[in-house]
Amino acid sequence: MKILIVDDFSTMRRIIKNLLRDLGFTNTAEADDGKTALPRLKSGGIDFLVTDWNMPGMSGLDLLKAVRADPDLASLPVLMVTAEAKREQIIMAAQAGVNGYIIKPFTAATLKEKIEKIFERIDN
Amino acid sequence: MTDKDRLSQVKNLLKALEEGDEQTADRILDEIAGVRESQLFIEVGRLTRQLHDAMVHFSVDSKITEIAAQEIPDAKERLRYVITMTEQAADQTLTVVEDIVPVARMLNEQATKLAENWERFLIRKMPFEEFKGMSQEITEYFNESVKSLEIMQNGLNDILMAQGFQDITGQIIRRVIAMVEDLENGMVDLIRLSSAKAASREAAMSSVELPGPVVPGVDDKHSEVATSQDDVDDLLSSLGF
Repeated sequence: MKILIVDDFSTMRRIIKNLLRDLGFTNTAEADDGKTALPRLKSGGIDFLVTDWNMPGMSGLDLLKAVRADPDLASLPVLMVTAEAKREQIIMAAQAGVNGYIIKPFTAATLKEKIEKIFERIDN
Repeated sequence: MTDKDRLSQVKNLLKALEEGDEQTADRILDEIAGVRESQLFIEVGRLTRQLHDAMVHFSVDSKITEIAAQEIPDAKERLRYVITMTEQAADQTLTVVEDIVPVARMLNEQATKLAENWERFLIRKMPFEEFKGMSQEITEYFNESVKSLEIMQNGLNDILMAQGFQDITGQIIRRVIAMVEDLENGMVDLIRLSSAKAASREAAMSSVELPGPVVPGVDDKHSEVATSQDDVDDLLSSLGF
């Protein structure tokens, strides 16, 4: 299980990476925005995507849309971890096909819960 | 009207007056006055247009008023929130360090003591009665260290999570910088306008499309903001998630 973490703030990438390691996901990769993440995803081997929304270059929402539009990536589980908390934004992400949505600041327990929920759904 | 025209008009006026032709004299006087009036009219028109242009530009620059009335107070709130968040993160980190340091020291002391005794046991310098006590101590140490290491692990996790402030405060500060830039551009335009060079506004203010982190007291005044993860979960489940 390889997870790609996309966030423009390196501190947040490190936090998520460490939390994921605690949850047993030791195989992670990082990207600092959608533009660098997309080629990484297209080259294959990524099983799960954790992405921020507001990033320079290419936003997390655009990345999500690009993933859903690519036949090879369309079914990739995507968890959005973002400070965007307006109803409008959350609905937008849901409509674009996000699998989970966490608002910052978040807790380790929330991350665990959402990831487990996503896997539960996939297994069913 | 040229000077020559005026001169001939005056000559015609004199001639008409000398001849007692009052009708012609009145007509010429009206013409001369008319010229004056139309020049005044043009001048007033020019001033009116300038005033109008200035008003139009000024309404564009009402952006400055908006920044002053709305965005600056908001920015102050946002910056205060940055202070709160950084303070919380520092407090949280320091609290964990203060909690963990004595735990680590205790583990260290116990391990040192046990290691000394263990050494004496290995070189067979320990009476059997003392050995029984030591094995009891070792058991206690194992139990104790599992608990202590758990405390330390949780503490390290709390320190990790506390660093999340950097992302949130970074986003908020970026927004305030964008606001300051808007204000700066507006001020520059206003100065240009007041120096009567009314250069066309380059507008192109980078519009911030995403609302960014929710700052308490600024962004949560309206109900369309999710203030907790529970709100998000409720909204998503209402959408069939």
